[in-house]
Amino acid sequence: MSSNEARAAAPNPAPLFAALGDHTRLSLLMTLSDGQSRSIAELSADTELTRQAVTKHLRVLENAGLVRCRHVGRESQFAFRSEPIAEITAYLEAVSRRWDDALARLRALVER
Amino acid sequence: MTNRIEKTIELKAPIERVWHALTDHEEFGSWFGVKLDGPFAVGEESTGRITYPGFEHVTWEARVTRMEAPRHFAFTWHPYAVDPAVDYSQESPTLVEFELQPTSTGTRLSVVETGFDALPGHRKPDVLRLNDSGWAEQMENIKAHVEQ
Repeated sequence: MSSNEARAAAPNPAPLFAALGDHTRLSLLMTLSDGQSRSIAELSADTELTRQAVTKHLRVLENAGLVRCRHVGRESQFAFRSEPIAEITAYLEAVSRRWDDALARLRALVER
Repeated sequence: MTNRIEKTIELKAPIERVWHALTDHEEFGSWFGVKLDGPFAVGEESTGRITYPGFEHVTWEARVTRMEAPRHFAFTWHPYAVDPAVDYSQESPTLVEFELQPTSTGTRLSVVETGFDALPGHRKPDVLRLNDSGWAEQMENIKAHVEQ
């Protein structure tokens, strides 16, 4: 794999992993992953968090590209975006392939 | 999809041979594709430069966390830190663990890399299931690869 391909697969996945690494954000994302968009009020309804706290978490997800926000009248509607999840998968696959290649070379070395 | 990469490979070579290939910095460099500045030592930073084609711009930085001959070798590093414009040092590193077991035909070597994310374990599968078909397929490929 060329370095250009590697970068295309994973520009920098750390912010994505960081955005996912939180219980509240993960459960918000799970709720939204059915494809239905929801308002902040709807997303706050089944949590013990304040609307402000939920909004803060939604902004983190939005900045990471995991949700998109659309304004409908005075309301903000949030919806799931699957593209970043595909990016993370591609990243881990690239890491995985590199280990396959390295281990094949290790085998050639120790078995010769 | 997982935050863990795990590989197992059966090698037709004695455990001492595999241990040397893993922990001798020059031998490690020859199969991993890195020119290391010096030997591995527990607790010490290991530095060098990747020699693998296409990745020559990448520096190697790892910290050896475990070296117990001939079974356990481990280091932490920033995986796939290939973009010179990105400062990876602020990210939490992943842990790479090698485990060697003697077998009747040689050595079973496993490599486990963990810590790609801080996802709480019991939640992760639900969210990441959304796109897990590609990853599951890849795991099958890996299995086929190491078993061939």
